[in-house]
Amino acid sequence: MSARLPRGGLLIDRQFPVSFRADGRKLSGYRGDTLASALMGAGEMLMGRSFKYHRPRGPVASGPEEPNALYGIGSGARFEPNQRATVTELFEGLEARSQNRWPSLAFDVGAVNAKLSRLLPAGFYYKTFIHPRAAWKHLFEPVIRRSAGLGRPPREPDADRYEQVHAFFDVMVVGGGIAGLAAARQAAAGGARVMLVEQAAHWGGRALVDGPEIDGLPAADWVAAEVAALAARGNVTLRSRFAAAAVNDHGYVLGVERLTDHAPGAEAPRQRLWRIRAGRVVTATGAIERPLSFPGNDVPGVMLASAIRDHLALYAVSPGARTVLLTNNDDGYRTAIALKKAGLDVPAIVDVRANPSSQLVADARALGLRVEFGRALSGVKGVKRVEAVQLCALAGQGSVIEEIACDAVAMSGGWSPVVHLWSHSGGKLGWDEANAMFIPDPDRPPTGADGAGFVLAAGTAAGKLLTGEVLADAAAIGRRAAEEVGQRPGDEAVPRADSTAEAPLLPVWIMPLHAGPELRARAFLDYQNDVKVSDVQLAAREGYESVEHTKRYTTLGMATDQGKLSNINGLAVLADTLGQPIPQVGTTTFRPPYTPVSFGAITGMARGPLFRPVRRTTTDPWAEAVGAVFEPVGDWRRVYACPRAGESTEDAVVREVLTVREAVGVLDASTLGKIIVKGPDAGKLLDLVYTNVMSTLKPGRCRYGLMCTENGFVFDDGVVVRLDAGTFLCHTTTGGAERVHGHLEEWLQTEWWDLQVYTANVTEQFAQFVVAGPKARGVLEALGGMDVSREGLPFLSSAEGVLGGFPVRVHRISFSGELSFEVAVPAARGAELWERLIGLGAVPYGTEAMHVLRAEKGFIIVGDETDGTVTPHDLGMSWAVSKKKPDFIGKRGLERSYLVGAGRKQLVGLETVDPSDQLPDGAHATSGTRPDGRPRAIGHVTSTYRSPTLGRPIALGLIEDGLARMGEVIDFPVSSSLTMHARIVSPCFFDKEGSRQDV
Amino acid sequence: MLILTCPCCGVTGEETEFHPGGEAHLKRFGPGSEDGEFTAYLFDRKNPRGVHFERWRHAFGCGKWFHAARCTATLEVFGTYSARVSAPPEEILAMIRARRPGWEASA
Repeated sequence: MSARLPRGGLLIDRQFPVSFRADGRKLSGYRGDTLASALMGAGEMLMGRSFKYHRPRGPVASGPEEPNALYGIGSGARFEPNQRATVTELFEGLEARSQNRWPSLAFDVGAVNAKLSRLLPAGFYYKTFIHPRAAWKHLFEPVIRRSAGLGRPPREPDADRYEQVHAFFDVMVVGGGIAGLAAARQAAAGGARVMLVEQAAHWGGRALVDGPEIDGLPAADWVAAEVAALAARGNVTLRSRFAAAAVNDHGYVLGVERLTDHAPGAEAPRQRLWRIRAGRVVTATGAIERPLSFPGNDVPGVMLASAIRDHLALYAVSPGARTVLLTNNDDGYRTAIALKKAGLDVPAIVDVRANPSSQLVADARALGLRVEFGRALSGVKGVKRVEAVQLCALAGQGSVIEEIACDAVAMSGGWSPVVHLWSHSGGKLGWDEANAMFIPDPDRPPTGADGAGFVLAAGTAAGKLLTGEVLADAAAIGRRAAEEVGQRPGDEAVPRADSTAEAPLLPVWIMPLHAGPELRARAFLDYQNDVKVSDVQLAAREGYESVEHTKRYTTLGMATDQGKLSNINGLAVLADTLGQPIPQVGTTTFRPPYTPVSFGAITGMARGPLFRPVRRTTTDPWAEAVGAVFEPVGDWRRVYACPRAGESTEDAVVREVLTVREAVGVLDASTLGKIIVKGPDAGKLLDLVYTNVMSTLKPGRCRYGLMCTENGFVFDDGVVVRLDAGTFLCHTTTGGAERVHGHLEEWLQTEWWDLQVYTANVTEQFAQFVVAGPKARGVLEALGGMDVSREGLPFLSSAEGVLGGFPVRVHRISFSGELSFEVAVPAARGAELWERLIGLGAVPYGTEAMHVLRAEKGFIIVGDETDGTVTPHDLGMSWAVSKKKPDFIGKRGLERSYLVGAGRKQLVGLETVDPSDQLPDGAHATSGTRPDGRPRAIGHVTSTYRSPTLGRPIALGLIEDGLARMGEVIDFPVSSSLTMHARIVSPCFFDKEGSRQDV
Repeated sequence: MLILTCPCCGVTGEETEFHPGGEAHLKRFGPGSEDGEFTAYLFDRKNPRGVHFERWRHAFGCGKWFHAARCTATLEVFGTYSARVSAPPEEILAMIRARRPGWEASA
């Protein structure tokens, strides 16, 4: 049984008990505990159920590589699933909920899968749920989805705050163990800006546990002194609880700092996402111990030897009272020795090696420990807890020599350097045969903008396993990093430590060596996804030779731990089965993030109203106050309609349309883009970007224009006003201002850079109101100050002046077909002018009334009548395409054969034969049949409204050869039971002569 | 996330400050050009594994377009230069040859 020891525990403070709940039960730990150490201290080893077979599982590791001990932490709006208990810091009131079990962790119905495991081999889902096809959707998938998955997602919006920062450093050192400390010290000595980060809450990494002497000091004291020395320097930034998640191109490092995860509810953001640019990145990320693949290696109580040692030294927790050590190397002996020295029982050390001779082996023997060489384990007894292990010869089929009673197993399969960050941006690996591990190849690092390597691996992460060589290597790397970013390297002394030589490791990837199918099907590689030795071997037999394919087929390494423990063992088994050397099989790709990054941190402040800030016009507060209905247009929020008290939105639109036709309305059109084009060559540029001629426009006159892309498709439209000889004001669509401005700049800068032209987007500098309707002139005259008569300000002219005390520019242009004045005023005075216009009797109308008014006139809206494949000719707007100009953007494109021939869809008006039918937006017209017998689509509805002016529905549409089919009635099958019939008519439904606007 | 230096304002910035604009040094074919030429100008783009000349705009900076010579495989940036040229300048070609001996610009 796991238990808290009476003494010790470097990180815990026994004066401060901390109470918490696990699956509703109240338990207690100490300040400094992790959730895993507190649970173990309280006697709990069962911490999860595996994904596929629902097997009972306990913790295996002591860090972020933990695959089994996953909990949902918190509740309600602060619930977060899949949190690793081994790195979850304990706090008062913590609520932990186990996952993937029903009804309870101890009794789980899904565990029946384990009994069926023989029937659930690798690729089971691919092979089984194929026929009948309908069953997948209705039967298989719902059942599988309910039983699959680990934690459940939170149901409420995240109650916490997150923030993001950008930072720049010469050298970023990842890993706060002794290598990171030594590297940072050297890197910073000459003045370089250095950041040193550590994922845990404490510094020193494994040195605290294994306690070598450094520079004559106990490791913990040396670490404390080094941290203090670095903190005292002005050029070093230290952050613990900081997970470097990714090393991306050109020295871009993404990291997450956990600010209040361990103190929820504090008045601070929960996490901070760091976006860092570093000249050099030093990865001092240490190594992760490998499990051993033996039958029963997943029973709760089987743990990594280092994890048992960590829990003992850091938290004074022992997973068991009687622990058997299974190892293929010397380092594992440290666990047996530590357990023995803590007064715990170690019945046997099972060493697969034949006869290793080294100081550690001698030390173990001197303590009176029983050591069995050349032996392995062929089984573990117990279901929810280790009860005994079965000893066998390594080189055999697993005949049991002896059963040894115990309640924990420490396993050590050697170490794998953490090469993830090195690999994220393309750093290559080499194979270290002696230690059976992949290490960064210093000759093939990830390269930066200048082509030079920008990541340097240091210490254990570079494959140095002994303390002395770790320190020497890290110091040299730190100095080199500073030099490479052009800083003076330090001349600090290199820290020294003695390390005793260790006997070589014996790589054993499957044990016993000749294990039969029964045993291989109980030796787990990936604990979380339940991938066993037998699954990888099956994949190899079925032809999966690539490690990337085997990974996906078996799901090896695809769980939330991303195979930190399982990948090397898995590919070694694959290599073994294929009869290839391990380096030839290679690794799967290491992809960011190294450890999970919360969505909250990625999102930062960009949520709610800050996700995509709304652009508001000067009249927005007024509209809000009168209860207007809004709609989004691009990033803007515009008034859709202004219903009066008791009036429906639909009724308001009808009233607004009729008001503009019969009296006078006012619309806020400030969102239309306004771009100033100025310079001696301004006219020349506009002749190139508009399809029609703009250079001939007289000052004070307006002209509607179309812009095309080089393809010849309509891109934007609007009215151009010539303000003076050298200055044009180009109006664009609401959503198009930035796009059109960018388009002008692109051509100006990259193609016609000889033209002398400036452009400026002044959209937000001016408010612009449309005063439209037969009584519009009266409103402007009431304001007074300008001649707005038909003669003084004729249709399609523009004038500057003072109107009612407002400095304005008035354009006589009309998008409604009525007498219309567009009045632009500096934005600061927009709201004031708006209220004056309303006070003078102009009735506010919104975008929907505007749309109806323009549709009655057959005016297009870019984005409704066009979709990026429509030419001006298709729109019946050939009059706006110059035949005289030698060139404009789109001229050559429009000459392409398939844009000029018959068969193009053309803009027409559509009148339903039965006036009670209103065509739905987007409805398709059909005529005849296709070769496959189905109806042939010949076009679609682009805009459709019930016209208040005409008292019947109207629609615009793009119909194949529509202009030649005037009067024809075509079919719109709008549902399986209803086909509407509509007559093709002119797109202009009202006042075809245009007499109303030119008065 | 690349780092690029804008040759117009001299700022070295994050990729998010810039906007990519595709292949550089396209020759525009306008009215009077053959169908084949025009189609190639509109649609045919190089997609090399290696040295590539690209258009970028310092969108959240000075707003200017410029050109970059970059390796698409290693992301090395050989240099950035003015958009107001129709071919890479000699000093950029020299930088590329220094880093990629034997490299020759394709037509």
